[in-house]
Amino acid sequence: MSALVQLISVRKGYDGAPALHPTNLSIERGKTTVLIGPSGCGKSTLLRIIIGLIAPDSGTTDFDGSQITPANIDMLRRRIGYVIQEGGLFPHLTARVNILLMARHLGKTDAEMHPRLSELCELTRFSENLLARYPLELSGGQRQRVSLMRALMLSPELLLLDEPLGALDPLVRASLQKDLKEIFGRLQQTALLVTHDLAEAAYFGDTIVLMNEGRIVQQGSIVDLRERPASDFVSEFINAQRSVALA
Amino acid sequence: MKTNKFYFVSCFPAFLLLISSSLADPIVIGSKKFTESYVLGEIAKRTLNDAGIPVEHRQGMGGTIIVWQALRGAQIDAYPEYTGTIVEEILKDQQLHSAAAIRNALSKFGVGMTGPLGFNNTYALIMRRDRAQKLGIRTISDLQKHPELKIGLTHEFLARQDGWQPLAARYRLSPQSVIGIDHALGYAALQNGSINVKDAYSTDAKIAEYDLVVLEDDVGFFPKYEAVFLFRTSMRKDAIAGLRKLEGTLDEARMIQLNAEAERTKNYTRAANLYFRDDVESATSAGESFPHKLARWTLRHLQLAGFSLLLAIIVGIPLGIFASRGGVVGHAILGFASIVQTIPALALLALLVPLPFFGISARTAIAALFLYGLLPIVRNTASGLQDIPRSLRESAIALGLTPATRLWRIYLPMSSRSILSGIKTSAIINVGTATLAALIGAGGLGEPILSGLNLNDHVTILQGAIPAALLALIVQWSFDLLDRVLIPKGLRL
Ligand SMILES: Nc1ncnc2c1ncn2[C@@H]1O[C@H](COP(=O)(O)OP(=O)(O)OP(=O)(O)O)[C@@H](O)[C@H]1O
Ligand SMILES: [Mg+2]
Repeated sequence: MSALVQLISVRKGYDGAPALHPTNLSIERGKTTVLIGPSGCGKSTLLRIIIGLIAPDSGTTDFDGSQITPANIDMLRRRIGYVIQEGGLFPHLTARVNILLMARHLGKTDAEMHPRLSELCELTRFSENLLARYPLELSGGQRQRVSLMRALMLSPELLLLDEPLGALDPLVRASLQKDLKEIFGRLQQTALLVTHDLAEAAYFGDTIVLMNEGRIVQQGSIVDLRERPASDFVSEFINAQRSVALA
Repeated sequence: MKTNKFYFVSCFPAFLLLISSSLADPIVIGSKKFTESYVLGEIAKRTLNDAGIPVEHRQGMGGTIIVWQALRGAQIDAYPEYTGTIVEEILKDQQLHSAAAIRNALSKFGVGMTGPLGFNNTYALIMRRDRAQKLGIRTISDLQKHPELKIGLTHEFLARQDGWQPLAARYRLSPQSVIGIDHALGYAALQNGSINVKDAYSTDAKIAEYDLVVLEDDVGFFPKYEAVFLFRTSMRKDAIAGLRKLEGTLDEARMIQLNAEAERTKNYTRAANLYFRDDVESATSAGESFPHKLARWTLRHLQLAGFSLLLAIIVGIPLGIFASRGGVVGHAILGFASIVQTIPALALLALLVPLPFFGISARTAIAALFLYGLLPIVRNTASGLQDIPRSLRESAIALGLTPATRLWRIYLPMSSRSILSGIKTSAIINVGTATLAALIGAGGLGEPILSGLNLNDHVTILQGAIPAALLALIVQWSFDLLDRVLIPKGLRL
């Protein structure tokens, strides 16, 4: 009974074109689950269903044992952190206000939240001096660190990351990968991370979920995928990524 | 003057009740609701006052029927009237030709009539003085020899029973060109030579302003509309004597001057006071100092533009929020605002004036300016909100912020640049368009522009036009400053 999130026959289509065929998926507590697959295969769709940005056409999603409904989604969102590729920071607010936004909304004072903020800065290795800056005054990597702090502020039980490192240059990306992995480990964070990159998936993933054309084609460790591919597509996908890495 | 007699018939029972309750001592002079009647009422008031008789002037009570009924009902003691109106509308007996016959008929109502005050306010044909002198035209009959002259007539005069058709027949005129033209535009057309002859009331203030000549009605075609005072025969004798002292003291030229002064200053008492002075010429330049006038116009202008802008903001931003959500309602809102914007400002004013709540007032001007200012605010609010990237909207939702918080803390501040620029556009439009408010008597910097246009006086036009242009610049600058205060710093990087 260690699944925090359970998707049961969740299906979603846009204008008749299926984006997600009926899908079952469990996200284990304390583990990092990585979603990987070609562009347009439905990874973001799956994440957005969990955070309630889109409603599935059918099927149910359970969070911590209770089904996600329009009535409880607002409460549940406070227990879920969400980080997207471009960071999703609000440009008119400083980094500090972006991070504290939800805490303030819930009536917490800045003084109350100050220790937590310092802790997060240390965790994400972000200089507190930069908190007064606006998003446009920060580098892409710094923005993703702020975005991560905002997602972690209220100590969410689940962290959803949709290609959080996708837009960063390789060096910054590598250093953030390392920091993220360390954070997940220290916090025992349950996380669902989307990536295009098999190496990144292998680095993070306790479990890797490979998707294609709206379906999960194989789920397991990187070794499982490599040694025991469930279909030609799986080997093709893995070999393609390997050749890119070698080139 | 003959057109607006019945306008106020419907709304005055309450007023009659009111005045009937105060029948006490002072002599009550009434007047009809047009400039000349006001001025005559004021002249009577001052004349009697100077004779030591307490007087009250109930200004602009309404049309002929109202004022006549008030006289018969003893709610007023006297009022200025015209012989033509007495015959045709009050006594309704066209056989009454002599003054004696009219007096006799009136006496049955307990009403007396003074002798003519000296001027005849009737229809007339007018020409530019230089043109008339060059062609040697003095009378309407002289027009027979000049069929090449272009005649421009008001549509009313073209249609009236005592208008153009019978006039042309009586004078055997067959001009080559007769066109219908608006009264005010006709004066401009006369000035620039597009027309050579037009109709007017013989005491029209414009005749003096433009130095026009009235062609003599040499066969006596137009009915006489000689000004007189009607009074209750039971009125105190010294008051009757006082009114009769006015007989024969006001010729057309003088009345034209008084009307012009009244229309220029909107101050009937001052216009009436001119009557008692010899130096009529110098009096026209008397009055408020220029800085004082300028301050008054500018203040009024800012009130009109500012108040309408405030309304447009209060209404426009919520409408813009609805419109940003698209759908049928969103499109309807944007469509409505766009359509309003395509109506010419002048037409919008003209459309609002006949509506019950509006009429000739600052209210109408503000309403028109408000409607005008709406579109830029609605459109910019909607587009500002729609331009927020989906990823940021979703981030706000995913954080768990409530819809109201999302709107106030995230979406509106993020659209502030667009919304403010919409407000700025509206403000500049309103400051410019508010000059038209003067057309419906709402004042502002359009006042000197309008009277300058009427007088063909460039200095007066500039007295309004330059401050209005400066005002638009100042508004622009203030909004640029405001941008720095109101647009969050993070959006200005
Ligand atoms: N709002 C939408 N309207 C119509 N179709 C959509 C919409 N959002 C996604 N889709 C379609 O649904 C499918 C899955 O999209 P999704 O964003 O989940 O892909 P993805 O796996 O996240 O791709 P990427 O790796 O490029 O981000 C795609 O075919 C996409 O075109
Ligand atoms: Mg995606």
